[in-house]
Amino acid sequence: MSAEWPLWEVFIRSQHGLAHKHVGSLHAPDAEMAIRNARDVYTRRNEGISIWVARSADIHASSPGDRAPLFEPSNDKVYRHPTFFPMPEEVKHI
Amino acid sequence: MIDNRLLFDYVLRLADSDLVLAQRLGEWVGKGPALEEDIASTNVALDLLGQARLWLAYAGEIEARDAPPGRTEDRLAYFRDSSEFRNLLLVEQPNGNYADTLARQFLFDHWHLLTIGALTRSRDARIAAIATKAVKEVRYHVDRSSHWVVRLGDGTDESHARMQAALDALWMYTGELFAVDATERALIDAGVAADVQALEAPWQTAVRDALSEATLDVPTDQWMQGARSRGGKQGVHTEHLSHLLAEMQALPRTYPEARW
Repeated sequence: MSAEWPLWEVFIRSQHGLAHKHVGSLHAPDAEMAIRNARDVYTRRNEGISIWVARSADIHASSPGDRAPLFEPSNDKVYRHPTFFPMPEEVKHI
Repeated sequence: MIDNRLLFDYVLRLADSDLVLAQRLGEWVGKGPALEEDIASTNVALDLLGQARLWLAYAGEIEARDAPPGRTEDRLAYFRDSSEFRNLLLVEQPNGNYADTLARQFLFDHWHLLTIGALTRSRDARIAAIATKAVKEVRYHVDRSSHWVVRLGDGTDESHARMQAALDALWMYTGELFAVDATERALIDAGVAADVQALEAPWQTAVRDALSEATLDVPTDQWMQGARSRGGKQGVHTEHLSHLLAEMQALPRTYPEARW
């Protein structure tokens, strides 16, 4: 049965204030079932408060061959990192 | 004053239906029609097993009131024979195909939600507490199995035919869900047990609504396991329960001191 079902990517938000994070994929006949399946497959241990699903076929990825032109230019620009500011201990998730 | 023997018997009815259905669903582990479905039905099984443990532990405590120390939950689960089990006949029926499993779940879940809902108002504080904990889980079970009945009923010709056949075959066991014997009558009058007779009408409405959405026919009236006949709740079971128990109890009976 699952061979006929399309693949879906699952994103879970673990708590308020955080972004949805990719957790894996699963098969389902449609979006409604994908959310149900995601609930059962990926939130069994109280991981989430919100679920997104998207058809894997609708996700467009950068090409591994383009890695150098895409990402290397940022390697030598340390001034883009906020490492020159003291961050208070209490500030999380930045 | 509540008779502890009646209360023990009633709590066992609640426990055993959960336990036996959990065991049935457990038979699908590793064999579900899809990995996702395998996990989903196992989640339901684990919910039911968790509820069964709470009921069994309470049954043991009730037993201890008259005959201390009373049996533990494991003792009650693994060392009673089929005639001592008090589960509904519906839940011991074999898994069959996936439509059979889901039809059984659907008929049970709707009864379970109404029963557990009524038990949240039980005068027995412990019963009310367990029911309150279980009701959220059961609400999800109802949602899931109803959804599947609609999907399969309103699906392909084959899935429709299989779901219809499953419902027709299991329908006769639904009479027992609403049968009240002397044990239950006494506890209903004491405000402890759920008055399942009063739950039949809302059950019929919920089930018929889902079947109509699923383009399925409500099975025609047939002989029902009912109040006048002794059934699962009195320990008179179909042949299927013994086979289920043989598998479930084999290990602890062979190695009574076995530990995880």
